[in-house]
Amino acid sequence: MIQGRDISLTYGRKTILHNVDAEVRFGTVVALCGPNGAGKSTLLSALAGDAKLAGGRITYGAAFSDDLTAKELAEKRAVLEQTPSLSARFSVDELVRLSVPLDLSPAETDGLVSAVLAQLGLGAFAHRMVETLSGGQRHRAHLARVLAQLRANRDLFGPNHLFLDEPTASLDILHQIEVMKAARAEARQGSGVLVVLHDLNLAAAFADQVVLMKEGRVVQSGTIGAVLQSKTLSEVYGTSIIVEKQGAAPLTIRPCFEGARL
Amino acid sequence: MVEPAVAHRAAISGAHLKFALLLALLVSVALAEIAFGPVRLTLGDITRAMTGNADPMPTAIITQIRAPRMVLGLGIGLSLAMCGAVLQGLLRNPLADPGLIGISGGASAAVVVVIVLGDLFIGDIPTPVRPYVLPIAAFLGALLVTGLILGLSQKNGEMSVGRLILVGVAINSIAGAGIGFLTYISDDTQLRDLTFWSMGSLAKSGWLAVLISVAAMLAATLYLFKFTRALDLFQLGERAAFHSGLDVMKIKFTVCTICAVAVGAGVSIAGPIGFIGLVAPHIARMLVGASHRVLLPASALVGGALLLGADLIVRTVAPPQELPIGLATSLIGGPFFLFLLLRERKI
Repeated sequence: MIQGRDISLTYGRKTILHNVDAEVRFGTVVALCGPNGAGKSTLLSALAGDAKLAGGRITYGAAFSDDLTAKELAEKRAVLEQTPSLSARFSVDELVRLSVPLDLSPAETDGLVSAVLAQLGLGAFAHRMVETLSGGQRHRAHLARVLAQLRANRDLFGPNHLFLDEPTASLDILHQIEVMKAARAEARQGSGVLVVLHDLNLAAAFADQVVLMKEGRVVQSGTIGAVLQSKTLSEVYGTSIIVEKQGAAPLTIRPCFEGARL
Repeated sequence: MVEPAVAHRAAISGAHLKFALLLALLVSVALAEIAFGPVRLTLGDITRAMTGNADPMPTAIITQIRAPRMVLGLGIGLSLAMCGAVLQGLLRNPLADPGLIGISGGASAAVVVVIVLGDLFIGDIPTPVRPYVLPIAAFLGALLVTGLILGLSQKNGEMSVGRLILVGVAINSIAGAGIGFLTYISDDTQLRDLTFWSMGSLAKSGWLAVLISVAAMLAATLYLFKFTRALDLFQLGERAAFHSGLDVMKIKFTVCTICAVAVGAGVSIAGPIGFIGLVAPHIARMLVGASHRVLLPASALVGGALLLGADLIVRTVAPPQELPIGLATSLIGGPFFLFLLLRERKI
């Protein structure tokens, strides 16, 4: 489990996170939601061990994140950034192999890369240069790299965590669902997943827990039903939001527009 | 659909063929470097000289003049090219070359100080060391300025690439101003020495100095192969490289220091030779791809061939005069680079 207690983080004189608590347990999907500038990506980055904290502590199991080397952190969590980049001309296959640890044999690496690419519908693009792909395909190729890192390290060293920062932002509806299914599948295999999402319907459909943030603070965290409520969401987002529940289907969340059509 | 593993292996076997061709090119240019010159030698002369059965004159030409020159050219070419490839990868900047992190500026400033002000302190230096004062000063100058630039590029415990480039520009321009001032106060003889050195040449190469500097270059550049995977990961950006398990700061410092040693050793004996560090990695990248596992050896082969080819031109175009080697490296590399860029645009 990754646990952040009383985390504060500053950039220059500006405080971005104010005494935040958050945790991601193995086998669960935690959605990190909130309006723009709430500090979601900063919290994800802090939990990933990127930032020097102004206060508080982050633990990976029994170890403090500060005490772990870069390699040890990479074994315990894989991270997909909000805007992944690649400055060299690599093929999709080369890209996906990049983050696979060298502890894996060549045959194991081949098998892992094939499986991840097939799962994300990129099998036919393996030998294509990443720069020739569409924005959405490119994003999925980077996700494939991160999933390969996650799975390889999970097989080698035991359960670990997956951090996804707005993984569905540049994808069509089908691929948004495919990516969230992939995240869900990793949780079923024992990993803990933390995912920053703007789409509350995806959070309602795929997450076990929601952390709702605003202005660098956690407003509420807990189960879907407890956090994704009309009154709370309307207050946090500053606009009227309707939450509908129909039978066993996931919650449907939509803004309430005054009048027939804007 | 092509299986990823099959495509991966096909790419590797294609790279093998290109490596064989590059190696053949390098060997041909190296042999030409020994055979051609004011006195033309045959392959038979070279073979006989190597087995100790040749006449004294061709043997002396080969062993005392052309072979050390060829070995030096090979060492400098491969180390400039590999360091260029490594710095372009590390800084994610296609314009990076060894000059950027202060190696050339530092070495040049130190050499100019020795040439112009050397008379003031040469008497205090032990006689056996005096012939090596110039290379030693260049080497130390390169290390000192590289250390200064790396140190000043730190901000909040991190080295920013943008800051490194700006600090590099500032320090190099300060070094340039110092060189300009010393050049201004130099006499005619010193000015001729300065001009000759600043344009680069493989001419002043005795075996001892060549072996020492080439050994330093080879030791440093071979160590760079340890970082091929790390350099590939740097292409994702420093944060993603860290997420993949890389100690980003440590690798940046180590790689820059290795480059200072490798290039400083070359600059100290042959002067600042431009263009190879910039253009050879680009040519290699177009031939074998961007993965540093293949890019580094390919850059080494291209760099060695390019520098020896340039030296061949400057030695043979108007014998016994020699043109500055920098002219020829630009003359060969520039048009070839343009050709590759235009060809790539058509694909």
